[in-house]
Amino acid sequence: MKPIATTRSTSGMPTGLLAVWWVVGSEIVIFGGLLGSYLMYRLSHDAWAGQAANTNTAIGTFNTLVLLTSSLFAVLAHRAAESGDGKKAARLLYYTIGGAVTFVCVKAFEWSTEIAHGYTITANTFWSFYYTAAGIHGLHVIAGAIIMAIVARDAAKNLELQRVELIGIYWHFVDIVWIFLFPLLYIAK
Amino acid sequence: MAESIPSDAPAVADDHHGHEEPSFWSKYVFSTDHKMIAMQYMFTGMAMAVIGGFMAYAFRLQLAFPGIEVPGFGIVTPANYNALVTNHGAIMIFWVAMPVLIAAFGNYLIPLMCGCDDMVFPKLNRLSYQIFLLSALVLLSSFFVEGGGFGGGWTAYPPLSAKAEYSLTPLGSSIWLGAVALEFVAFLIGGINFITTAMNSRAPGMKLYDIPIVIWMIVIASILFLVSVGPLIAGAIMLIFDQQLGTAFFDPARGGDPVLWQHLFWFFGHPEVYVVLLPALGITAEIITVFARKKLFGYKTVLHTTIATGVLSFTVWAHHQFISGVDPRMAHVFTLTTLLISVPIAEMMFVYIATLYGGSIRLTTPMLWGLSFIAEFLIGGVTGIFLGASGSDIYFHDTYFVLAHFHYTFFPIAIIGTFAGLTFWFPKMFGRMMNDRLGKIHFWGTIIPFNFIFIPLFVLGMGGQHRRIFDYSNFPELSQPWMQDIRILATSALLIMLGFQIVFFYNFIVSLRRGEKASKNPWKSNTLEWTTDSPPPHGNWKELPTVYRGPYEYSVPGRDEDYWPQDQPN
Repeated sequence: MKPIATTRSTSGMPTGLLAVWWVVGSEIVIFGGLLGSYLMYRLSHDAWAGQAANTNTAIGTFNTLVLLTSSLFAVLAHRAAESGDGKKAARLLYYTIGGAVTFVCVKAFEWSTEIAHGYTITANTFWSFYYTAAGIHGLHVIAGAIIMAIVARDAAKNLELQRVELIGIYWHFVDIVWIFLFPLLYIAK
Repeated sequence: MAESIPSDAPAVADDHHGHEEPSFWSKYVFSTDHKMIAMQYMFTGMAMAVIGGFMAYAFRLQLAFPGIEVPGFGIVTPANYNALVTNHGAIMIFWVAMPVLIAAFGNYLIPLMCGCDDMVFPKLNRLSYQIFLLSALVLLSSFFVEGGGFGGGWTAYPPLSAKAEYSLTPLGSSIWLGAVALEFVAFLIGGINFITTAMNSRAPGMKLYDIPIVIWMIVIASILFLVSVGPLIAGAIMLIFDQQLGTAFFDPARGGDPVLWQHLFWFFGHPEVYVVLLPALGITAEIITVFARKKLFGYKTVLHTTIATGVLSFTVWAHHQFISGVDPRMAHVFTLTTLLISVPIAEMMFVYIATLYGGSIRLTTPMLWGLSFIAEFLIGGVTGIFLGASGSDIYFHDTYFVLAHFHYTFFPIAIIGTFAGLTFWFPKMFGRMMNDRLGKIHFWGTIIPFNFIFIPLFVLGMGGQHRRIFDYSNFPELSQPWMQDIRILATSALLIMLGFQIVFFYNFIVSLRRGEKASKNPWKSNTLEWTTDSPPPHGNWKELPTVYRGPYEYSVPGRDEDYWPQDQPN
């Protein structure tokens, strides 16, 4: 009962792949608008450098490594899926999800420490951006992990293996957003 | 030519026949069929148009006769007035123009004109409509919470929109923003579906330059939307945080900047004009070629011009901020880009006129709407030049001149474009013809009063009348007798125009049930949707079509008939 439309490929690119790239395109402008606003403020508020010094660079670095490692698992999962090994792909995707869970837990610890020290979302505009940008990114991490769990469950039964690549693309995008957020919020002085 | 047909083409027949008759719920409410989803969008959009029109009726009566008890509404208080104008604007753009022009026509036409049986993501399509419906309900609910509906203008400029002390709508303003955000999500999902369907599931043989212009326009509009809306989504989150959590993104007293919102809003808001304009232009192109019996003048020119317009539309947004403290040197740059963008649009107007030149024109109801689109939009475009030039905009900014200008663009887009498309595709959608005489009465009854509403408002704007003022009697220089007379004239014309919409609804309902049965191709058109039954069955064709030529081969010399459908080998 699947419509013929879903099986055609006039452009030569699989439909799912095409759609994921458009999703990534729309996400780029969402984060682009947010980070663009942050940069414009940052350039006109020198005092924010002092605020950024209060973020925990060590924890930020650890989370960066966690995300990069999870992306590596996503790549390996894609390779396994290409060779038709759904079980292996699913296992690697679960490792990726493990990275996502670690990231979110570390983030929760980090935020609760900061809030306990009085750096809340209303402390000043730097912290507003800090929580807004990292919060929206965190929601993407959680959403990505949930979708990945669904993809992995199917992949373990050797179903819909092409989706392993699609969720991988999305996951790399989430990773790259963090690569922008990390220096902007933690390192730049 | 037969070898070029892939083997999957004839395999459709079995998929869509012989299954059980679906229940009411799965057929009308939870359908994944693109035609049904198009109808859902269409009727939701129409219902919202009635609500938006009712709002205009209430606040126009208040402006003509301050303090009057509006029949059906009651006394319009200042808070009511603000909520009415704000939501009138938001509804007409986000809940009428977008769902009808892009979502309804896009859903209906993309699979039918590209020769496939559905969207590439039917379930996402359904989800998109459900989120859209939810957004409409959320918006309407904002009127019933404490403090009432949001009244900070459809552009929601902070600090007015950011602080409950100023807007006096502690909940209404956040619910309004949430509704807008949900609507954006619905159209992002829908837009990705439109783009990928047109890119990936066209009929065999349909090359890029064989795609009907209206499909190109809807797809380019979806891309513009997708690329421009992001910053406003980010901005909406920031504004909701300002409202509800007490952050200070847009609060100048605590280090924020209200002009940032204006940038984020108009970076989306100006491309948005083209997002809704392009589908209307596309519908007009289809109608004009069919009823002039002539090939579209310069297909590739139109297409390239559209792409140029789309790119340019990202460079003009700050012309909304000439008096918001933008650096005058930047104002020069944005004046230049704004005047530049009138070139491709003017070019398209000339292309349409050139298409008409020498054609054998048939003045059917859809053709009248198509022609009036060109005439009326022209007035909107020309008056835009005064506002795009920073020198004159400083005087015209925030007056009724601006208001009349954008109504001369949005009314042709949202109302004329919709009626054009609806009267043109009605036989295909519902299998019956609309009454042409009633259609023409409705046409003249809409177009003539429309001009009597907004031409006088240009005059008021040049006389210095500011927008968003509840009662002009507090301003002696704006309440001279001639000004009040013009307000009464505009309001009377609005009442006449709204009255004539009854003719449309009567015609619509009676034609649905008792109209003359429509043949497959009543207008003798070339595009693929006219090669299947009216209305198309589930799955659209018994055997999916193959395309052999472009969509505008009318009056080709040496042929017996003056049209040449895309799916005929010769």
